Amino acid sequence: MKYVLKKLLSCIITLFIVSFLVFAAFALIPGDPALSKLGTNATQAALDAMRHKMGLDRPFLVRYFTWLFDAVRGNFGNSYSYSMPVASLILDKIPITLTLMVYSMILMVVISVPAGVYASYKEDTPVDRVIQIANQIVMAIPPFFSGILITLFFGIVLKLFTPGGFVSLNANPLKFLGFMFFPALAVALPKSAMVFNLLYTSLNGEKKKDYVRTAYSRGNRSKTVFFSHMLKNASIPTITFLGMAFADMIAGSIIIEQVFGIPGLGRILLTSIQNRDYPVVTGIIMLIAVTVIISNMIVDIIYKIVDPRVDA
Amino acid sequence: MRIFSKKTLALILASSMAVTLCSCAGNKAKSDNTDSLITIGIPQDLDDGLDPHTAEGAGTREVLFNIFEGLVKPDSNGDLKCAVASDYNINEDGTVYTFTLRDNVKFHDGSTVTVEDVKASLEKCMGNGDEPLVASFGEVLKVETPDDKTVEVYLKEPDTDFLANMTVAILPKDHLDASTELIGTGPYKFVSRSPQENIILESFDDYWGEKANIKKVVLKVVADADTIVMNLEGGSVDLMARLSTSQASQLSDKFEVCEGTMNLVQALYLNNAVEPFNKKEVRQALCYATDIKEIMDFVSDGKGTETGSSMFPAFGKYYMEELNDTYNTDLDKAKELLSEAGYPDGFEFSITVPGNYKQHVDTAQVIKEQYKKIGVNVNINLVEWDTWLNDVYMGREFEATVIGVDASQLTASSMLQRFVSDSGKNFINYNNPEYDETYQKAAASVKDDEKTEYYKQCERILSEDAANVYIQDLPNLVAVNKKFGGYEFYPLYVMDFSKLYIK
Amino acid sequence: MRSKKRDFNFILGICLLAITLIPAFVGLFWTPYDPEKMDYSMKLAGISIRHIYGCDNFGRDVFSRIMSGSGITLLIAVGTVLFGSILGTVIGCFTGYYGGLIDECLMRINDVALAFPSLLLALVIVSLMGTGKYQVMLALGLAFIPSYARIVRGEYLRIKNLDYVKAAKLAGASDMRIMFVHILPNTKTVLFSSVLIGFNNAILAEAGLSFLGIGVQPPDASLGRMLSEAQAYMFTNPSYVLFTGCTIVMLILGFSLLSKAKRWQ
Repeated sequence: MKYVLKKLLSCIITLFIVSFLVFAAFALIPGDPALSKLGTNATQAALDAMRHKMGLDRPFLVRYFTWLFDAVRGNFGNSYSYSMPVASLILDKIPITLTLMVYSMILMVVISVPAGVYASYKEDTPVDRVIQIANQIVMAIPPFFSGILITLFFGIVLKLFTPGGFVSLNANPLKFLGFMFFPALAVALPKSAMVFNLLYTSLNGEKKKDYVRTAYSRGNRSKTVFFSHMLKNASIPTITFLGMAFADMIAGSIIIEQVFGIPGLGRILLTSIQNRDYPVVTGIIMLIAVTVIISNMIVDIIYKIVDPRVDA
Repeated sequence: MRIFSKKTLALILASSMAVTLCSCAGNKAKSDNTDSLITIGIPQDLDDGLDPHTAEGAGTREVLFNIFEGLVKPDSNGDLKCAVASDYNINEDGTVYTFTLRDNVKFHDGSTVTVEDVKASLEKCMGNGDEPLVASFGEVLKVETPDDKTVEVYLKEPDTDFLANMTVAILPKDHLDASTELIGTGPYKFVSRSPQENIILESFDDYWGEKANIKKVVLKVVADADTIVMNLEGGSVDLMARLSTSQASQLSDKFEVCEGTMNLVQALYLNNAVEPFNKKEVRQALCYATDIKEIMDFVSDGKGTETGSSMFPAFGKYYMEELNDTYNTDLDKAKELLSEAGYPDGFEFSITVPGNYKQHVDTAQVIKEQYKKIGVNVNINLVEWDTWLNDVYMGREFEATVIGVDASQLTASSMLQRFVSDSGKNFINYNNPEYDETYQKAAASVKDDEKTEYYKQCERILSEDAANVYIQDLPNLVAVNKKFGGYEFYPLYVMDFSKLYIK
Repeated sequence: MRSKKRDFNFILGICLLAITLIPAFVGLFWTPYDPEKMDYSMKLAGISIRHIYGCDNFGRDVFSRIMSGSGITLLIAVGTVLFGSILGTVIGCFTGYYGGLIDECLMRINDVALAFPSLLLALVIVSLMGTGKYQVMLALGLAFIPSYARIVRGEYLRIKNLDYVKAAKLAGASDMRIMFVHILPNTKTVLFSSVLIGFNNAILAEAGLSFLGIGVQPPDASLGRMLSEAQAYMFTNPSYVLFTGCTIVMLILGFSLLSKAKRWQ
């Protein structure tokens, strides 16, 4: 319990630092949001009025703490460009990006676990080697290139989906899920290769452990040993990796959203960076940071529970 | 200043102009309009607010044009036609504009437009202090409503061209803040939006004029230029404007590609205040070294219209084709001029270009190669649009830039006033007393032919003095799915959805 | 069995790297065509004997551009990894060796940095500093520091309590000497493989940034930049996108196979 509290506290401190750095970074960035909102013909008076309206004329620390107190209560201010609250803007887009990530997680597990188990089961056979090579190649493909290849192959050649033809969840849930399969595949592929590697290595590590050797030496070469004991033990690092991969997928989804034209959080983030829409940028970056920090914390705590010796 | 997208300033129409009409505009067949739908791709979301009075993005105005109307509105020839007003009258000295309200014009919420609504809308534009909300409304003295059919607008100074400003949207007096709730009188009404995804419009059944042909318009945000072709071919977008030639050439025969012009002057704008561009010979040398034909070939497969000065062809009255020949590519001449100016071995400079405009970036790359031949070394410095605005346009800290400059109003002065030495918009720091004098004469003269002649003289000076390396007016390619027809080019940055129909 | 596999990884890795790196090195001194020379008549030309990879939208020879583009990509990767690993190692050394308050502070900052996916961090840094190859190097390098710091710190925590370090301390060696002369060489195996992996991550991250349009800027062409440009022409000239993409894949695959092979030693 004390461990959990300690973790929680350090999490909060980290979040505080993150929030300050993010806010400071975007307050000090060159470029004037009032100017880019009003355009080049704006008069100085109009610019000043707009800066005042946007609260840009107040001292930096005042702005930061106002923002922080509001943010804690779930109010991230108003978007400069969409004249709507940042919170509702983000909430609106979370389902899309979350679907993409959950979908990718599922695909990742579906692809990597059977492959990893099978390859390890068939260690040092030609099958194993073929899977290994395929895995190496998949790992070497940049996510957006795999996105392009998937678009070319499934979209243009096989015509299984319309490239860029995103359908929103509300409009048609079935079509939405159908479309999202392909971007999710693009996000999942490189990560599956990592999970595969991890699972494969830890399964092969388990094989050398005493209990397996003992079982084997007793002539128990049944699948039971392999599946019930080894797999169980080997899955612990894999599960913790999945936790971390979830956070990492946010970055992957930014690029993939761009390749497939999905209007999710990543798209909003990129356009907001270009538009100097600071409230949105800080809001989304904070959301990502919170997600990553919390999922890391959960991973650490699970680790501690599984293996109390760990000193994190 | 417009650079054909995004945070660019909207056009306010002032004079009628010659327009390229596309073959797509044809006879319309009234189709069954109950569940008809068209998806139109737009390159960016309407991310500068939706208030028609303050929205600055040309891309935003392009959409709002269909939702809101003013007392008058422009047609595809650029002529101002009555809209919410049924008639107007301008007194002789141009100080009082009298409008008669059209009967039974409905707002999208079902209420009828009254003179109070008009008065409130116009007064909103005047602002509630010393700063008008819409800059040109600083000229307005007061708005009066003598009876419930008439609106009178009094100006502080005579201005016979003020009618163009009466295109500002008329809003219901209790919904003047239109940033969240969009209630106008246009042929389409706002239904919903999802940021970076789409905006949905529906035709307005009680529209006073000719009703729209297509019931539902979905404006889909296609932010990534690379997916435009796929969107079109895959059937998720039916119409998309401002394609590049390479995009257009990838389209199958499911699409008709209409060609117009972007109505801007693309040039290598030179900061006349910095070395070596303060020397006329250097600027002229660059003009001689530029092969415009080659730029057009690379950037838009040979499409485009050459411009020899700061005026684009749609300004039929002022555009001077002969200025295109002031400098024809001549490398020897260019080298000679460079030697004269004291740079026999060439020099080095950088072109600052906003990276989001592919045409300009491509142009800069071609120019770089061309100038190598006269020993001039170019560095290309790509910046974001905001940085460009800040450093180049506002800060004037640059050597050269490739950009397209358009007219904020369709008057010659909006293209030429910029080069008067003390103009706030003179971002190239052009300083030529002769030009200033000629421009003053043009502005002061009341006779139209005299005025035109002075403006032409201004163009001539810009060309001969090589203020900038003038290049072209870019082509505007619009892809329309052959299922649809009725696309019309306007001499300003709008799309008229109501004219579209299903074949 | 094992040794045979190791050879396989090693040989294939070397072959792939030879295919990609030799043209890149040759490209520093000589390319078949000027990579920036435009030729309208060859615009988006397909594969031919004169242009073995075809031409791009400016009629520039894709093979020549890949040769020089690989150079820029590698330059960025080397710069990033050097910057990230040196600073990361130094931070890792100090925090791991001394522990205490410095360790706590730096590791807290490290946690903050790790809270961002490296691509996102680079995105923020690039949007602060502008785009260009040096900015990308700096941004990615900064984003890479935390992971190196963490790895090196872990190694130091392990090694500093080993007997030989204690012996060195008793012999009166200074902290600096122990840190850099006694301990650092013993982290080399771990560092070596993480540098190779870092190389791959740098190539991937650079390609990602350039793809989002915020990496290397034209006329500089990194492989990532070229790939994102090529995407626009993937219908008219698919060879452009495929050759560029495959070069990146071969490069990354080469490094990762090589790191695999070394790791078994």
